[in-house]
Amino acid sequence: MIKTDILIIGAGPTGLFAVFEAGLLQLKCHLIDALPQPGGQCAEIYPKKPIYDIPGYPEVLAGELVDNLMEQIKPFQPGFTLGERAETIEKQEDGSFVVTTNKGTRHQAPVVAIAGGLGSFEPRKPLLDNLSKFEDNGVAYMIKEPEMYRNKKVLIAGGGDSALDWSIFLAEVADEVTLVHRRNEFRGALDSVEKVQQLKNQGKINLITPGEVVALHGRDQLEKVTVKNTDTSEETDVQVDNFIPLFGLSPKLGPIANWGLEIEKNAIKVDNTLDYQTNIPGIYAIGDVNTYPGKLKLILCGFHEATLMCQSAYQRIHPDKKYVMKYTTVGGVTGFDGSKKEAPKAVVKAID
Amino acid sequence: MSMSDIKITITDREGVAHEVDAPTDMNMNLMEVVRSYELAPEGTIGICGGMAMCASCQCYVQSDHQLPEKSDDEDAMLSEAFFVKDNSRLGCQIHITEDLDGLKVELAPAED
Repeated sequence: MIKTDILIIGAGPTGLFAVFEAGLLQLKCHLIDALPQPGGQCAEIYPKKPIYDIPGYPEVLAGELVDNLMEQIKPFQPGFTLGERAETIEKQEDGSFVVTTNKGTRHQAPVVAIAGGLGSFEPRKPLLDNLSKFEDNGVAYMIKEPEMYRNKKVLIAGGGDSALDWSIFLAEVADEVTLVHRRNEFRGALDSVEKVQQLKNQGKINLITPGEVVALHGRDQLEKVTVKNTDTSEETDVQVDNFIPLFGLSPKLGPIANWGLEIEKNAIKVDNTLDYQTNIPGIYAIGDVNTYPGKLKLILCGFHEATLMCQSAYQRIHPDKKYVMKYTTVGGVTGFDGSKKEAPKAVVKAID
Repeated sequence: MSMSDIKITITDREGVAHEVDAPTDMNMNLMEVVRSYELAPEGTIGICGGMAMCASCQCYVQSDHQLPEKSDDEDAMLSEAFFVKDNSRLGCQIHITEDLDGLKVELAPAED
């Protein structure tokens, strides 16, 4: 069981900044995120896009903002459970919460802050009739164990970087690799596109473009797929052991929607007059995942919400302690790692 | 209706047509017009915020207006979207201008 003071669900900019504000109050944080890296949308969807409305930064790349936040919170030694989705929440007798992920990792904290943004990013699945029947029986949406595909006939669908990169990788591992994409053009790093071209010329990748997988066949295990040429509508059957559609990720509010929280417009209702607490005391929602009158889904608003949430969490965790907010210019930043940053002391010295 | 508004007919995902006034002077795109009139539930449209990085604002253009060419980003996104037709566009990439007066579009189904 992982124990912490504030359990943050979602490691996007709002969740990361909450670690800093909590750290100033000597509260420890642990973050859960379904993505394998911190940063949320900033890291996953638009790391190379400039953001112009972060106060004090005339321009910052989304990926840089994440790097900076990670640097800023480092002294507070946050814990991370990455690549796992928060699945269930159970209130304990002592008032704390236990949150369990889809992989069974358990976390306990007196305060839970949902900073889930648009939700957890799930693979986009193609619209095929018997798709679910073949899931784990030949169909997979991400490649976890490349060795699984040794000596197999693999068909990858998609036109982005992950489809290109995995086709290249598996060309050396699998018996046969077929890459299917709806267009002749691929959208990816130039050297990946060139490498696929090269492997195609060498006969190591079968390329079917413009094409689309339209049907799956097999008794229990996937045996073949039907690929339709989207120009001529001609259909061809391809014998395969594995079909891996790589159509990117789309966000889903997911299991959080079933936690008994008040939901409005696909977002969690919170008390914006005070502390961004949900209808369940001890569970807060901050950043893009929440809603209240006048809500704006902006990173800068998420930072503010995270700050007020931490103050309220402190009161909740230490009801008897007196506390007043202290400026970092006055108090400096004392990390849990023993590091200390503070303003240099002025020198008091007479000038002759 | 102000001088700088145009009329656009938007058929929502339930098949109901709405004729709405869209301002040409607010730097808006079609996805934002749909959201401002709440013609699709929040969280089901404009998910990426308008960066052509999701297809939640996909629509079918039903009138024969001359629309700006698709950018590479829009083209690439539509090549991976579902329910795509020849007249599919991403609403977030259609800037509201006076030329679009009388535009008719239908929202594509949500992906779920």
